[in-house]
Amino acid sequence: MRPSPGSTESIAPEIEVRGLTMAFGPRIIMRDLNFTVARHEIFIVMGSSGCGKSTLLRHLVGLEEPVAGEILFRGEGFTRADSATRENIIRRFGVLYQSSALWSSMTLAENVGLPLAQFTDLSPAEIREIASLKLALVGLGGFEDYYPSEISGGMQKRAGVARAIALDPEILFFDEPTAGLDPTASRLLDDLILELRDSLGATIVVVTHELASIFAIGDNCIFLDRETRSIGARGHPKELLGQTDNPRVREFLTRGSTRAAADGGL
Amino acid sequence: MALRPVAEKWLEARVNETDLAGLEIERSDSNQLVIRLSGVWRLHHGMPTANRLKPQLISSPRPSHVTVEASRLRAWDSSLVNFLAGLTRICNAHQILLDRASLPEGLNRLVELATSAPELKEPRATTTETLLTRAGRTVLARLEGFATYVDFVGLVALALGNALRGRARFRKIDLLEVLQASGADALGIVTLISYLVGIIMAFMGAVQLQQFGAAIYVADLVAIATVREMGAMMTGVIMSGRTGAAFAAQLGSMKVTQEIDALATMGISPIEFLVVPRVLGLVLMMPLLCLYADFVGILGGATVGVTMLGLTLNSYMQQTIGAIWVSSLVGGLVKSVAYGVLIAIAGCYQGFECGQSSSAVGEAATAAVVNGIVMIVVACGLFAVIFNLLGF
Repeated sequence: MRPSPGSTESIAPEIEVRGLTMAFGPRIIMRDLNFTVARHEIFIVMGSSGCGKSTLLRHLVGLEEPVAGEILFRGEGFTRADSATRENIIRRFGVLYQSSALWSSMTLAENVGLPLAQFTDLSPAEIREIASLKLALVGLGGFEDYYPSEISGGMQKRAGVARAIALDPEILFFDEPTAGLDPTASRLLDDLILELRDSLGATIVVVTHELASIFAIGDNCIFLDRETRSIGARGHPKELLGQTDNPRVREFLTRGSTRAAADGGL
Repeated sequence: MALRPVAEKWLEARVNETDLAGLEIERSDSNQLVIRLSGVWRLHHGMPTANRLKPQLISSPRPSHVTVEASRLRAWDSSLVNFLAGLTRICNAHQILLDRASLPEGLNRLVELATSAPELKEPRATTTETLLTRAGRTVLARLEGFATYVDFVGLVALALGNALRGRARFRKIDLLEVLQASGADALGIVTLISYLVGIIMAFMGAVQLQQFGAAIYVADLVAIATVREMGAMMTGVIMSGRTGAAFAAQLGSMKVTQEIDALATMGISPIEFLVVPRVLGLVLMMPLLCLYADFVGILGGATVGVTMLGLTLNSYMQQTIGAIWVSSLVGGLVKSVAYGVLIAIAGCYQGFECGQSSSAVGEAATAAVVNGIVMIVVACGLFAVIFNLLGF
């Protein structure tokens, strides 16, 4: 899987999006998106609520079909590829969903172990061991036999991460990882994301609107602008704060305080 | 004058609540109107609306200035905010200057919030369509729905093919759970319904057949009807309401919590993982349940025969065995297998097509039961024709 140095594969970006247009029926969500995600970076997709961030993520992981344009992983076409190619690419993903999406009829160990049972020849005892390891990595050692409904929301998110990294994926997708968590739990999750990038060497795509997370972990980002249905800004989040001339991006990154200051209020 | 919140509270505490809301209108000169508010404005005292003042505001000569005066206002709640918001809207629409300066500051702020321009720039389209357009849309949506249903059936067929070759990815424990839930757990309700249906058929038949002194033929009637049709159909209806609805609700809520998406992005086919064990489980259990329902239904008939018609159990059973042909029995079991497939697919399909809310899960469960029962009845009719042609 890992390309040898100097091969053409290693030059290709991890993810490349060309002319992607997303729509539900006649309603266009975003049109003609172009961006690349470099290897080993934490790439943030930000934007206000309802602008299509999560929809973009669903397109990236193949749950929705784009109306136009294509998505490439390491230079390999994904969008209109045959099912075998798609399956191979999907196998390199790990996805954490907004609602954690743990399978509620299974214990945490079974949740983490399911992908291992399906795609490896490990024995049940070995699978259990790996599942325990992954749970310990996210700080949930000892919770193997709990059901998802028996643990807190923050722990569910972390268990979701443990499941996402079960097969040592090369690309991790996080959909609003810190939404609904208290500041401490959010911070812990941010640290976990940084740790995963450094230890697994994974490329990480995070969809979020939490400013603290964006500034803490983002290497690169795009801002989806609901008004123009396109990318409003791109770059390193901290540099973007000083450079952008798009008022909506500035407003987003400063929690709208520029407007409040102009109004002379609050 | 603006009241400080604390002072206002203190004042309210001492307000005599019987001091009802007052509204006086005074026309000082031809283009000046003064509205005097007084007393206690409370929702439970009733809600005066600004529309009542509309005739006075827009009748000619139309006032150019309206002043709201509130020196005798004692206390207020949303009823006054609503009244003033309505008044503001009327005045804005007819270019009348409205002076609310004498109102309490908090009240003015609420009125401003209520009348400020809405954030939503493109309001939801509420065009009224003609009957023809709506009918056309409905038909197109139904056709599209049918196409996705056919698509789904095809995917399930492929997945079942994989399963028969031992290549489908699903957990054996899931299959066992479906066998338990749609087999052993359903015995109670199947017993009750089949026994009662047997009694009813025997009773209906007995009333007629006794007139000809042919009471013993009640056994034939119950046996043939149960084995050929009613056993399979009643089991199908019960399982549609019990298991089909459960499938739709389980898969629907898994859709809402993105658990199905999680399977898909894990490279595991949700159809193989979730639908195959459910279809297989129900299809394996349906003929067994049907056979059991046949037996219990005949027992129900025998109960009537023995207790009401004075037949012996032995003669009733002899007559029953003579009436049942193997082909009828096999036909009933074939039908029950087909009903099992239809119910399981209807339930799973509705679950997969479920929307993103908790009410959508309820709708999916309802649709699963309705579609399941409709398909059972349609299939029953088709079987009648086919068996007739085959000479069964």
